[in-house]
Amino acid sequence: MKPTDTSDPQHYHRVVDCQFGCPAHTDVPHYIRQIAQGQFTEAYLENRKSNVFPGILGRVCDRPCEPACRRGRIDEKPVAICRLKRVAADLSDDIRDRLPQKGESNGKRVALVGAGCASLTVANDLLPLGYDLVMFEQHAVPGGLMRTNIPSFRLPPEVLDDEINLIVERGVDLRLNTRIDSMKELLNEGFDAVFVGTGAPKGKDLDLPGRHDTDRIHIGIDWLESVAFEHRDSIGERVLIIGVGNTAMDCCRTSLRLGGTDVKVMARKPRGWFKASEWELEDAEEENVEILVNHSPKEFVVENGKLIGMKFDKMEYEIDDDGNLSRGEVVSEEFIPCDDVILAIGQDNAFPWIERDLDMEFNKWDAPEVDRNNYQSTVPGVFFGGDAAWGPENIIWAVEHGHQAAISIHKHCSGEDIDDRLPRGMNLLSTKMGIHEWSFSNDFDGSPRTQMQHVDLTERFKKISVEVELGFDPEQAAREVERCLNCDVQTVFAEKLCIECDACIDICPVLCLTITENGEEDDLRGRLSAPAENKDQVLYVSDELPQTKRVMVKDEDLCVHCGLCAERCPTGAWDMRKSRLLVPFAVDEAKSTEERKAG
Amino acid sequence: MSYIKKPKISHPGLPRNAIGLTLRDYEGSMSTLCAGCGHDSVSAAIIQAYFDLSIEPHRVAKISGIGCSSKTPTYFLGGAHGFNSVHGRMPSIATGANAANREMQYIGVSGDGDSLSIGLGQFGHAIRRNINMMYVIENNGVYGLTKGQFSASADVGSTAKKGEANPYQPIDPVSMAISLGCSFVARGFSGDKEHLVPLLKAAITHPGFALLDVISPCVTFNDHEGSTKSYEFMRENERATVYADFIPNHEEITASSEPGGLETITMHDGSRIRLRRVAQDYDPGNRAQAFSHVEECSRAGEIATGLLYLDTGVAEMHELAGTTEDSLSSLDYSRLNPGNEALAKLQQRWR
Ligand SMILES: Cc1cc2nc3c(=O)[nH]c(=O)nc-3n(C[C@H](O)[C@H](O)[C@H](O)COP(=O)(O)OP(=O)(O)OC[C@H]3O[C@@H](n4cnc5c(N)ncnc54)[C@H](O)[C@@H]3O)c2cc1C
Ligand SMILES: Cc1ncc(C[n+]2csc(CCOP(=O)(O)OP(=O)(O)O)c2C)c(N)n1
Ligand code: SF4
Ligand code: SF4
Ligand code: SF4
Ligand SMILES: [Mg+2]
Repeated sequence: MKPTDTSDPQHYHRVVDCQFGCPAHTDVPHYIRQIAQGQFTEAYLENRKSNVFPGILGRVCDRPCEPACRRGRIDEKPVAICRLKRVAADLSDDIRDRLPQKGESNGKRVALVGAGCASLTVANDLLPLGYDLVMFEQHAVPGGLMRTNIPSFRLPPEVLDDEINLIVERGVDLRLNTRIDSMKELLNEGFDAVFVGTGAPKGKDLDLPGRHDTDRIHIGIDWLESVAFEHRDSIGERVLIIGVGNTAMDCCRTSLRLGGTDVKVMARKPRGWFKASEWELEDAEEENVEILVNHSPKEFVVENGKLIGMKFDKMEYEIDDDGNLSRGEVVSEEFIPCDDVILAIGQDNAFPWIERDLDMEFNKWDAPEVDRNNYQSTVPGVFFGGDAAWGPENIIWAVEHGHQAAISIHKHCSGEDIDDRLPRGMNLLSTKMGIHEWSFSNDFDGSPRTQMQHVDLTERFKKISVEVELGFDPEQAAREVERCLNCDVQTVFAEKLCIECDACIDICPVLCLTITENGEEDDLRGRLSAPAENKDQVLYVSDELPQTKRVMVKDEDLCVHCGLCAERCPTGAWDMRKSRLLVPFAVDEAKSTEERKAG
Repeated sequence: MSYIKKPKISHPGLPRNAIGLTLRDYEGSMSTLCAGCGHDSVSAAIIQAYFDLSIEPHRVAKISGIGCSSKTPTYFLGGAHGFNSVHGRMPSIATGANAANREMQYIGVSGDGDSLSIGLGQFGHAIRRNINMMYVIENNGVYGLTKGQFSASADVGSTAKKGEANPYQPIDPVSMAISLGCSFVARGFSGDKEHLVPLLKAAITHPGFALLDVISPCVTFNDHEGSTKSYEFMRENERATVYADFIPNHEEITASSEPGGLETITMHDGSRIRLRRVAQDYDPGNRAQAFSHVEECSRAGEIATGLLYLDTGVAEMHELAGTTEDSLSSLDYSRLNPGNEALAKLQQRWR
């Protein structure tokens, strides 16, 4: 293999699994260390820089970082990254005076359609640059699905208000109760750019016999919205939820709070094929929701205009050697009585308000064609982000879209090429403090993952707004932070100094180092101190070593960043250096433009 | 020396040996030697060898003298028995222990100072008695523990860290062992585990005294230019003579693992050592040739390594002394101490 090019920021970025897994590249280990040191406000700001809504995300983020977390490969349970984010938010001081204020007007006006997290992020990024931002929202309150669909027992409205206000109060012209009904008209208003952050508002329907013979069949996202706006405060005792994704989990748990006593989630497939996150399933099951597998909906049974239940085909599946599920076979039919049915089988985007005779290209799913790199539609100056861009995802993706779209909007409004974007950078700083001292807590802490405390079952059903999770107390947080393996503190190797004494190889607790003859990747992976089986993680391969011309190979997969290799190296060929990924935001693009102009 | 202990986590894919243990089960406590010390590498090779042989750690006794090298038994096989003796006196302790319990595996760890200066006499007699043990000298040419004075293995003209040259003739444990008729004589290098681990395995299995001289650089006092026991000097001047590949008795010899031209020596327990000669005409069974080869290399400023001399026909101590088959420790008290009457009878024979 060729020597690894560690000057490419991507190499060390990949080692920080959580940050690499986070769509917005939140510097997780950095903020975890800040929490460890009691710097909660700094930790909050560090989060806010990339993910904008730490208090919200610390409760309800989809947390792709956690399945990615290296700790999960060492002792099965990842660091409770998301809960620690909430700790930062819970314990942070007021940060209002630490945010940049609206910059002096640059004379450019940008329309933001929808007041969901995507639009709010664009506003957050463009405000300091002096843009005049007009945000249109059809509802009387901002927040999008975070407000209308995520139930208040998971996300208290105060937290939402607080973090939205941090953006809006700095000078966004937020026009509530203002639905945009024509893109054409909007374009005629002379905005310099338009951002569409209208989400994926259409819940999928299920057209089976009986569907239209009763009013007790509800579309999940609409139903949750009517609960959020207090248009609905009750439901029948026996409720069937169709679908087993995260929306289904919110529907069943909300039903329990509105009078449901026998709530069943009906899944078409076996457990391993559920769409809902493991933790959402756990939380629902803790509340005694029953999940029935292998039930394929067949018919809504309505007698005398009254819904009495549903018929299902009971399915049987086979799983092949590759773990794929067969199409399934119907083995019997089953009737399950109920009073209400909630359909939670997915969402689509819908753009009835965008005229099709504009120059905007639509794809075969009747959604606008949007460029994956610059978020622009085929109409220059009209950008999309969040669920509106490529269908439903989650908050953290919508935020990342917002950051990237903000860059495009700024470039567009400054007359620059929107594809000519600043590259990411990487800083490396030694953490060495003394012979055996590092500026990070390098010792391995074997504690198991800290359990989140929940409000008692009886307590939590009294009111829909009782937040179920209590959050970590400072003691729990102090324990959990030590589980982090500091994956951002990189083992940096200087081959010229290596005398091949094997000290690092011998000390490494996870056998991730090897000095050996170079070879092709597959061959090398097989003959390391421990075979490197996870191909998602890269190998580090050094240049030739001075004495024997062999190479140092490191399997980055399992390194616990204990620093022992560096402590044992007699010549300092290994060093532990803190890496910091430099992710450019709109403000950085603006600075760079200015610098270029100033020459 | 490090402040934190090596964390007790291991690679989830870590292989297990025939008795279900992982490499990490053969570790000892955290080393307190200097970072980069060759001795730590030898410990790692020893760990690998016992792991590969699937020997239960508690069947092993580790005995050593005084020195950085002699400290190392603490850093491997934490589950084994151990005795840290007085300086240079490891062989007599090992002899006693072996006499009392012949069923244990013995590993003696010593240094060039411990074995060739203060302990030279004991070293020679342990060879003479052919005690069934592996005797490892971690040879760095200096007294590491007492801050780097020349030891008896330092070559003439080799310089100390501050520059002064050694005027005295070196004592080479390998030549000495061959001349004393040692039944297994080998030399390795701490910086080359691929070579060292099989040598260790062969030495552990050898039914008699197995001397393994391991050049093990002292990074703190003897790894500079002018030293003949530095990493760099070894890498430039090592002359590998015969590689020994160890084949445990439970492993079948297949055609592919037994290419032509290789000689296999079968040990008493059925395991085999396969010799891979670098020097084609070298015969490790020929004592005179072995001796002159080591001499020649040394005169050319090279270090002969590999399995240099092997004689499987020498009886070990228990056979020579005609002791009981069972270990003394397993005998009941009445057999071990037959009492006054028996003693009187015995004495009667010499009256
Ligand atoms: C039940 C449910 C639970 C979820 N739970 C989670 C979770 O726990 N974690 C997570 O990360 N994600 C979750 N999601 C997904 C997440 O809510 C969305 O991915 C995210 O809100 C998308 O943000 P957005 O800004 O793109 O759009 P939205 O949040 O949908 O916001 C769009 C806004 O635009 C407004 N709007 C639409 N059309 C117009 C118009 N023509 N004129 C004016 N205003 C308009 C809407 O009223 C809305 O306020 C959940 C989704 C659902 C349905
Ligand atoms: C009877 C006695 N004399 C002298 C010493 C001092 N002493 C301690 S270690 C040592 C030499 C050790 O050298 P070596 O065996 O080569 O071990 P190394 O530290 O080099 O591995 C000496 C002379 C001692 N401990 N006991
Ligand atoms: S151990 Fe810490 S730094 Fe490493 S992936 Fe997990 S949270 Fe991130
Ligand atoms: S920091 Fe060094 S010794 Fe520790 S696990 Fe990583 S490579 Fe191994
Ligand atoms: S002084 Fe020399 S022999 Fe002793 S531990 Fe340090 S490097 Fe090893
Ligand atoms: Mg010595």
